[in-house]
Amino acid sequence: MASTIRVRATANGDTTEVQALIQHPMDSGFVKDAQGQIIPPHFIQQLTFEHNGKAVFLANWGAAVSKDPYVKFSFKGAGKGDDLKISWVDNKGATDTTTAKIQ
Amino acid sequence: MRVRAILTSAVAALAAAALACAAASAIAAPDRPDPVADAKAFQNFFTRKFPKVKYEDFVNGPYSMNEDLHRQWEEKEQFPPYEFALEAGKEMFATPFKNGKTYADCFPNKGNGIRQNYPYFDEKEGKVVTLELALNRCREANGEAPYSYVKDEMAALTAYMAFTSRGNKMDIKIPDDPRALEAYENGKRYFYTRRGQLNFSCATCHVQSPGERIRAEILAPALGIMNAMPIYRSEWSSMGTTSRRFMTCNSQTRAVPLEPQSDEYRDVEYFLSYVANGLPISGPGARP
Amino acid sequence: MSMIRTRRAALAQSGNRFSDKIMLKSNMRNLVLAAVLLMTGVWPALAASEADYKAAFAAAEAAEKQADQLRNKWTTTEAQLAAAKKAAGAGDFDAATAAAREAEALAKASIFQATSEKERWKNMEIR
Repeated sequence: MASTIRVRATANGDTTEVQALIQHPMDSGFVKDAQGQIIPPHFIQQLTFEHNGKAVFLANWGAAVSKDPYVKFSFKGAGKGDDLKISWVDNKGATDTTTAKIQ
Repeated sequence: MRVRAILTSAVAALAAAALACAAASAIAAPDRPDPVADAKAFQNFFTRKFPKVKYEDFVNGPYSMNEDLHRQWEEKEQFPPYEFALEAGKEMFATPFKNGKTYADCFPNKGNGIRQNYPYFDEKEGKVVTLELALNRCREANGEAPYSYVKDEMAALTAYMAFTSRGNKMDIKIPDDPRALEAYENGKRYFYTRRGQLNFSCATCHVQSPGERIRAEILAPALGIMNAMPIYRSEWSSMGTTSRRFMTCNSQTRAVPLEPQSDEYRDVEYFLSYVANGLPISGPGARP
Repeated sequence: MSMIRTRRAALAQSGNRFSDKIMLKSNMRNLVLAAVLLMTGVWPALAASEADYKAAFAAAEAAEKQADQLRNKWTTTEAQLAAAKKAAGAGDFDAATAAAREAEALAKASIFQATSEKERWKNMEIR
């Protein structure tokens, strides 16, 4: 199955800019379906970006983040060719991981 | 006495002449639709109203109307929200039907780079055929159930077909057929007719008020408004088809929406696409 | 000397305790009379019968059918028709009739819109 994480990391000197688009329904648990039944909560609870084994970005999410979240941030201390590992865990215990090379 | 008689007869003659003139012009056929002139006037209206907007930029809807939105959208395009639908569409397009045939068998050039030719007027059927309609007909001709016009699958398929046509200039043809002209006129009439309890026509928002706000949204100009379809709307958190947009616009003016791909919708898509001839396909699009 | 035009004025001037009682009585009488008149006038509008509702609903439906033929129904008309049906189902014929009448008005307005727009759309046309 294709990864749910699309990521692009670009190094500009000492600063690396990271953009990621993650495919996930991010159901808040407050929305009803066409039959009037609540769609159960199903959202990413933790999202981690790691470089050299150290977390450079850590997100603890809840019901307020929308479907297919998009994340953009910058961090220092990485260079072109380095690996960036991205992983997430959701409230149902499902996970996904991917590794991208910093361009 | 004689003077008065002359005067009365003169007035009578004038009145008769005026009546005859009016009658004559009424008898003479109502202005024959001139789509070429319409398109020129339509495009001029917008380019004159927004002289700072680059011609090709009109297809970007509200982003062409607001600098801040434009900047945000440019950033978004680096990682567009329609990516997932686009990939799904590519996969769907390549997957054969149960009978072994594919979508490519139904379309010219295997379905690649043809979005700008839709809708077209089918002279055999005597009606306008849109891309969505053509896709479902392809499915039915190959023993598959048609997709809903307002749900994800149709949006994904049309997203893929739009993507392969990006940059191609809209190229809608109106054959020299009175039925085609009638369809075009119907579409034009639909576009300008007020409807719904809120008494809006499409033109009320997209001709009178592009760049202005309706509640929190910035309105898109009508010029090129079909070029970015289908669109991922943040409001929907999903990809939406042309059919979906027409129906929701209707209900937003408190008009009961018509059935997807009903004559009126097909005709208004025909009209709007035709008057945007020359503008590039920018779909699939992302909108607020 | 001021003119005593009415019996009431005469009574009021006299300052007599009995006159107060008489005044009160006549006031009460007027009040009761007014109330009775009001009630007889208002009563039919207050209590709509099932027959009233059925007639109003039929009229509304007929108008909406016409609007449908003109391909110009309004969502608010449909909502009022649904509300009328729901109220009638619950036995509240006052609310049901009111909703049905509102629906008819909305449907007629949508018909007017469709008919007048047949020509008026040209006013919006870019030429």
